[in-house]
Amino acid sequence: MSTELENKITVRDLKLWYGDFEALHGINLDIYSGKITAFIGPSGCGKSTFLRTLNRMNDRIPSCRIEGTVLLGEQDIYAPEVDVVQLRTHVGMVFQKPNPFPKSIYENIAYAPRIHGLVDDGPDMDELVETALRKASIWDEVKDKLQQPGTALSGGQQQRLCIARTIAVQPDVILMDEPCSALDPIATAKIEELMDELKQDYTIVIVTHNMQQAARVSDYTAYFYLGDLIEFGETSTIFTAPNKQETEDYITGRFG
Amino acid sequence: MPEHTIKRFEDELTLLKEKVLSMGGLVEKAIRRAINALTEQNTKKARKVIERDKAINALEVEIDNMTRSLLALRQPAASDLRLVIATIKIVTDLERIGDLAENIAESMLQTDEHPLNHTDSLQDLADRAIAQVQDALDAFARNDVDKAMQVISADHKINRAFKSMQRENLTYMLEDPRQISAGLIASNIGKNIERIGDHAVNVAEMVIYMVRGHDIRHVDHETAAALLNGELDE
Amino acid sequence: MNKSPNILIGSAHPRHKKRERADTRFRWYGLTALGMALAFLVFFFVDIIGQALPAFHQTEVRVDVHYSEAVKSNYNAGIDHKLRRIVSRAWLRTLPALLEKQPELIGQTRTEWVPADSRVDQYIKQHEGHGLKEKYQKTVDAMAAQGNIRQVFNAAFFSSGDSKLPENAGILAAAVGSVFTLLLTMLVAVPIGIMTAIYLEEFAPDNHFTRMIEVNINNLAAIPSILYGLLGLAIFINFMGVPRSSALAGGLTLALMTLPIIIIATRAALRAVPESIREAAYGLGASSLQTVWHHVLPLAMPGILTGSIIGLAQAMGETAPLIIVGMMAYIPEPSSSILDATTVLPAQVYTWSTESLRGYAERTAAGILVLLTVLLSLNALAVALRNRSQQNW
Repeated sequence: MSTELENKITVRDLKLWYGDFEALHGINLDIYSGKITAFIGPSGCGKSTFLRTLNRMNDRIPSCRIEGTVLLGEQDIYAPEVDVVQLRTHVGMVFQKPNPFPKSIYENIAYAPRIHGLVDDGPDMDELVETALRKASIWDEVKDKLQQPGTALSGGQQQRLCIARTIAVQPDVILMDEPCSALDPIATAKIEELMDELKQDYTIVIVTHNMQQAARVSDYTAYFYLGDLIEFGETSTIFTAPNKQETEDYITGRFG
Repeated sequence: MPEHTIKRFEDELTLLKEKVLSMGGLVEKAIRRAINALTEQNTKKARKVIERDKAINALEVEIDNMTRSLLALRQPAASDLRLVIATIKIVTDLERIGDLAENIAESMLQTDEHPLNHTDSLQDLADRAIAQVQDALDAFARNDVDKAMQVISADHKINRAFKSMQRENLTYMLEDPRQISAGLIASNIGKNIERIGDHAVNVAEMVIYMVRGHDIRHVDHETAAALLNGELDE
Repeated sequence: MNKSPNILIGSAHPRHKKRERADTRFRWYGLTALGMALAFLVFFFVDIIGQALPAFHQTEVRVDVHYSEAVKSNYNAGIDHKLRRIVSRAWLRTLPALLEKQPELIGQTRTEWVPADSRVDQYIKQHEGHGLKEKYQKTVDAMAAQGNIRQVFNAAFFSSGDSKLPENAGILAAAVGSVFTLLLTMLVAVPIGIMTAIYLEEFAPDNHFTRMIEVNINNLAAIPSILYGLLGLAIFINFMGVPRSSALAGGLTLALMTLPIIIIATRAALRAVPESIREAAYGLGASSLQTVWHHVLPLAMPGILTGSIIGLAQAMGETAPLIIVGMMAYIPEPSSSILDATTVLPAQVYTWSTESLRGYAERTAAGILVLLTVLLSLNALAVALRNRSQQNW
């Protein structure tokens, strides 16, 4: 079934330590291009940690050590010659709590393209900002108040602004770390709808505590437990007939 | 399997299964009564079967309500989801079996004017069908894939027995045209019993889906077995 | 369990009264403490303001001034003999210089308002211990009856330096010294403090060395300020050869003292910037420098400014370390460079407070009032900045 699928990210034998503590025990996982992959599992299972290894956000933790390979396309992102700044323009990230910069909506979007020199300020930047906001389905709500602070928006709008901000640097992959955990159901539904649209252009990886959400939005689901990848497969299979008993127990709520 | 974190969910699933099994019990009894009524020429028993079908129908509605609220309120997943889905399907089959038993009882009531003289092969067919229903329900109760497979593979025996009964029946009718009315009734009853066997197979197939998550309907027997064994090897 | 309908009515419960009394008592303890603190504060302000206000007025007397050739060599000749103790000697001393500039005055006798002697001033203000002799008191009373005595706003207090004559002593030299010193402190301590804090908070690896530095910075903020004076004396004056008593020596010493305060305040401000902002910036591919410069610092700036201002305000009020580097000097003229000997406001206040003449006492209070006004303004600025920074992100 996976013959026509193209790997966007290939992870092989990925181990991760925080100091002496081994948080990930040799993960092997393929993330397919143009699909939404969901990571589920109980708190502390390593799913967020694993997500952060995919754009090297874990670099910021001094005690964190990595073994194994993570390929983005063909390139090992942990190779010494890799520029983390460049990597993060290819693999963008949306966080749990909406975190727009305390600047105007326009500036929130324009910031990253400007520092990476993608376009110059002026009409080109205006166009890029509009495109990003349109793609994130928030243009209509903010087009009349681009100069107002991004922090004045509602939580769901802020999160879509953050997604637009990520899109603005034209990444290949968007990582989402529990993007809806701070949002109400309507705002959550809007984000989920948006993810479905974004799938056309981007590969999306989402960590979620909400199993129903993983079931709703994702094409593939990976279940993590205690730093191991227990099971990975098509979401419809994982949620109707998983192969592993651990997955079954977690999904049916027979956990702990 | 460990228990659900939410105790009431666990209780509701257990209750659902119990309800299906008691519905199965009622259905089984209905078939047995209908056949007994036929062989004993007991119209009272036959009427009782028709009377009791209401209870089966009521149970079907009750179980359907339960599955509906389970789906809406608990959003079951994986094995729980499969149990609920299988229940929805099985209940329909059981209700159909109940209707078939009722049909048999109604046919029996017509035999006043045309008494059946040859009930042995019908009895044999009915015994096989009852055994199939029993086994399918057993498999459901115990999540027993092997038993469910047995039910599925035993179905051709019922079909064969039905065909030989038909042939026998035809012979009687050819020998004595006066037997034609009774023969048609007997043939109709035989058909009903054969249909009961088919429904038992449906139940068994849903049991396999419930336990393993494989849909083996509409695949040939070898493929189904390979599928199950292949999965067992993993 | 009592199931009666009035279960929620407090008086039904046996321990209710006791609990309520304890609550009331506790509230009164707090109110009493607050009241005492307020009482001390009010007493302090009433006392200081009461003492200081007269210093802003200066008594003047109307006398005949004789401009003659003799005045050039003996300024006492400029005034009637019996009035010599009535007028300010500091003013008398300016007469020869005046005649040098305006020779056309020679030979004239003019009736002019001139500053009174400090004793007369104190006598007119009816302060105890004015020190004016009986015979002069009569003269002054007579002059007052003729309307030859008035009180005017004491502009000289703000426009002149220290003096051995209280009626002529002002705070200008000390104020200029304070400004020079504080500017130096700010220029040295703020950039170094902020950069140190940014390094420690945003870049430094978490190891024994950085932890040791952190502990020491916290300790430095707590050590007695006089030790900084000794440090400044050793390093800046003895080792680096900075002139004693200069604004440079004082400013550098106070910078040493202010550094830990600024570092700690800056680190707190940086830490208050939510981690999510840093993550957002890093997640978009911003470098460490860009993250700190574009996002973290702007958000932390009000907090950093608040901390710096409070640190500088503390430096401004500091006396002890400046005594050690020689800034408790008699400075009659405002200094014109950071290498000149100078003094600062609190040191000036201290100097005056040790003088025995009654005229200095009110100047001490006035100096304190000026110092307090500046400090309170600085603190108000800090509060205003802090309030402005209370935005949500």
